[in-house]
Amino acid sequence: MQFDTPATTNPIDQLKVVGKPIPRIDGQLKTTGRAMYAYEWHDPKLSYAYGYPVGASIAKGRINSMDVSAAKKAPGVIAVVTAPEIGDRKKGKFNTVKLFGGDEVQHYHQAIALVVAETFEQARSAAALIKVSYTEEKGVFDLKEAMKTAVKPDEKQEPDTKAGDFQAAFASAPVTMEETYTTPDQSHAMMEPHASIAAWNGDAVSVWTSSQMIDWWRGDLATFLDVDKEKIHLMSPFIGGGFGGKLFLRVDAVLAVLGAQAAKRPVKVTLPRPLIMNNTTHRPATIQRIRIGAEENGKITAIAHESWSGDQPEGQPETAVNQTRLLYAGANRMTAMRLATLHLPEGNAMRAPGEAPGLMALEIAIDEMAEKLGLDPVEFRIINDTQVDPEKPERPFSHRDLIGCLKLGAEKFGWTGRGKPGARREGNWLIGTGVGAAFRNNMLLPSGARVRLGNDGVVTVETDMTDIGTGSYTIIAQTAAEMMGLGVDKVAVHLGDSRFPVSAGSGGQFGANCSTAGVYAACVKLREAVAQKLGFNSADVAFEDGQVRSGNRSVPLSEAAGSEGLVGEDTIEWGDLDKTHQQSTFGAHFVEVGVDVATGETRIRRMLAVCAAGRILNPITARSQVIGAMTMGAGGALTEELAVDTRRGFFVNHDLAGYEVPVHADIPHQEVIFMDETDPMSSPMKAKGIGELGLCGVSAAIANAIYNATGVRVREYPITLDKLIGGLPDVA
Amino acid sequence: MRAFTYERASSVEAAAQAAAGNREAKFIAGGTNLLDLMKLEIETPTHLIDVNGLGLDTIEATPDGGLRIGAMVRNTDLASHEVVRRDYGLLSRALLAGASGQLRNKATTSGNLLQRTRCPYFYDTNQPCNKRTPGSGCSAIGGYSRQNAVVGVSDACIATHPSDMAIAMRALDAVVETVKPDGSKRAIPMADFHRLPGDTPHIETVLEQGEFITAVVLPAPIGGKQIYRKVRDRASYAFALISVGAIIQPDGTGRVAVGGVAHKPWRVEAAEAELPKGARATASILLADARPTEQNRFKVDLVERALGAAIAEAKG
Repeated sequence: MQFDTPATTNPIDQLKVVGKPIPRIDGQLKTTGRAMYAYEWHDPKLSYAYGYPVGASIAKGRINSMDVSAAKKAPGVIAVVTAPEIGDRKKGKFNTVKLFGGDEVQHYHQAIALVVAETFEQARSAAALIKVSYTEEKGVFDLKEAMKTAVKPDEKQEPDTKAGDFQAAFASAPVTMEETYTTPDQSHAMMEPHASIAAWNGDAVSVWTSSQMIDWWRGDLATFLDVDKEKIHLMSPFIGGGFGGKLFLRVDAVLAVLGAQAAKRPVKVTLPRPLIMNNTTHRPATIQRIRIGAEENGKITAIAHESWSGDQPEGQPETAVNQTRLLYAGANRMTAMRLATLHLPEGNAMRAPGEAPGLMALEIAIDEMAEKLGLDPVEFRIINDTQVDPEKPERPFSHRDLIGCLKLGAEKFGWTGRGKPGARREGNWLIGTGVGAAFRNNMLLPSGARVRLGNDGVVTVETDMTDIGTGSYTIIAQTAAEMMGLGVDKVAVHLGDSRFPVSAGSGGQFGANCSTAGVYAACVKLREAVAQKLGFNSADVAFEDGQVRSGNRSVPLSEAAGSEGLVGEDTIEWGDLDKTHQQSTFGAHFVEVGVDVATGETRIRRMLAVCAAGRILNPITARSQVIGAMTMGAGGALTEELAVDTRRGFFVNHDLAGYEVPVHADIPHQEVIFMDETDPMSSPMKAKGIGELGLCGVSAAIANAIYNATGVRVREYPITLDKLIGGLPDVA
Repeated sequence: MRAFTYERASSVEAAAQAAAGNREAKFIAGGTNLLDLMKLEIETPTHLIDVNGLGLDTIEATPDGGLRIGAMVRNTDLASHEVVRRDYGLLSRALLAGASGQLRNKATTSGNLLQRTRCPYFYDTNQPCNKRTPGSGCSAIGGYSRQNAVVGVSDACIATHPSDMAIAMRALDAVVETVKPDGSKRAIPMADFHRLPGDTPHIETVLEQGEFITAVVLPAPIGGKQIYRKVRDRASYAFALISVGAIIQPDGTGRVAVGGVAHKPWRVEAAEAELPKGARATASILLADARPTEQNRFKVDLVERALGAAIAEAKG
């Protein structure tokens, strides 16, 4: 189905199932431990062996030699696979840095060997016996130094944009601000480690893994192995979190496949937690400079956002200026991204890449500018709203209700009466509130699905879409149920299998809208097949309560299926509605914090997010996405930082004790409100993404609340107490 | 993890003897720290002596009005013990500030005293660390050192001792009771139990090979307001950036031990004489010899500020 004109009324608009707060249909499987995650797959007929990976102990250089003799002789060892022996392999198109093979070491903990043994413990123990001789090379690990030699990235990254004359407008603006902000490297830190099982059968291989994007992984694994894609069967039905860390093929899958080949047995491989931070990808650190000029009345006349980040050679910039191109009005503007070469592990996508770190900076800058202008920060944002792409005013937003989010949020949160910085105190707590706008683009990827109507009246959906904890199973069931006139109990959903039609996958908050639109398209086909089978005129057929009705004829769906059943399969494809119109999602975050007057410890007291993201397909799963994202934003504001050792070139705090994500005690109260809206430009579902919007702007709202509480403005994330105590009142 | 042999000790003396002649043997109690370290091959014992079955899990009154806490008393049980809560509030609060409920259910009193540092370089066997591999160097000096020690440090090591419980034990003047392999017993004041790193940061306590902790004894209660203030980036499940264990009497005198700043619970009796004058005077002596790094300089101010808050809280 080609979606190239705005959606009109369609069966989804009935909202009998879609939009309802239906609990996760896979919830029982998860709470009873029957949802099988990658490492847990177990076929009693198979004799699994266990692989344990070895990571490089240097950041850059070459392997001279590897002594695996002791490992090979260790108890239970079946095989040892080493990178030099595997040799250089073709790299998949989604990876910047090679995953495995050859003698070059490109970053710390890059995988260089796998030991396969009868038990996990034997493999781990033997892996420690491998001795490696390296020639170490000098690398560049410090972004602050490397930014001096940063270059303009590839033009396809759109490194520079401009409109009007920023320099002149900024120079003549009566009120201006200019500041530099930094965001650190961050780790996805998902609960389920990267894990895979591979089993060969002749020249074909089955891989159970933890992947957000089945088809991308399958293609890149085929490239690595130099085999036909059809020879690879990839399965990832349940995923314990990804956050972008499982978008692209990872080494656990590669090692499992190579290990299984060497051991001639099915092999399980998981990345040990201390390997994950340096072996896989991370959100790269940024240095961002923002300049804003405005009239006395608060109208922005000039805005500039520049960002520096680093990555491995052939890598990409963190697109931290994205939102500044679109979020606020202003006739004179420029953005620029510069990329430095760093030999740290590969920087890549993490939940809301670009906007998440970009808004961490921009939304503090907006707060600072509002203060300079003597304007309430909510009001300042409203004054500078735009309904068109400010760089290309001929492009309107498809639907934009940032103002509605800000106004409703301010009302529900109790924003009015907010005091001046450092003015409110309760006992030992300095109390402050802060606001940040949320913004994230809505992306459209093709997405396919197959729906089968059985003679039992059950509709089965098959798509390689993944559920990374987001609720895909449930919203897909709701979509099919709505389209076919059933309840979700009459829909079975099978996901995450490369035998199914290729979907959008999970990433970039495009999964929900795109994958359900794909299911919609397949269901349209199935409805046509049912109508045709029954000899109904498809234009006036109604699917309701398990019946197919046309005029005064009504037939149970199960009967319509016939003994063979009926199948509909289609892929939603997108016209140019996202080019003629700017499709984005919007929100407002309000946060109240307490800062301990003595120690500078910040503790969040309450959080509110108001989101305008098109139709909400399921308020339970959508809320879950948003509160999870708010939690991630709390970590980003207060604790999360991969600490770089700039001498040895690695992230030092590479486990969950050292890399502090929020715990329950950090998150006291969260509220989420969804604006009641639809966006007919986005898809037949009229929905947009929500999973990343919830993260965008929340860290800055926390930063702004800390400033309001203490009067101390911190521009370097995370905002830890050491950056505050120098500015807090004397207590000794 | 390396392969190891395992035995269950039948008595305290047998446990001590089993470890006496074997430098590669380790006692195992709750295992909350040792097992993690073994998996990472930071600890590589070839023999484990399980001491969980030796009793030693009771808390009893001593004739002079104190408490004898068996070495195998779990942190949860110790923190919730009625007398501890009533008379040694500092200890209860320090325990509850540490780890998580699950870990406290397993962790023992003696194991808590013997836990190893959480310096991130100690945890990465690819990196030089004098504590893990004597003579290899210290990566934390000049590296990521935000969590590390500021006082009592050496050129060989700037690791901290991570225990919350030990801070309270030090402020309460607890005494560690041990049995040596030859059957002799000794009582080691907490002040002397942990060592500063010096040139031998891998030697963390004064315990001899095979010497086995049987109990920790608290002297009779000394009253006062007992405050444990643990300062950390996140609200729970994190080691202290710094912590202050303070016992403040109505006249303003008292005791203070500080965590997260040194290789051992940090207490300077001379500094306590300044407590009636306030936190600044006290902290300036307490941390007079501080040698912080660029990254952890804030800890010096933070101790003073947290102590100030504790004194203010005590005054109520």
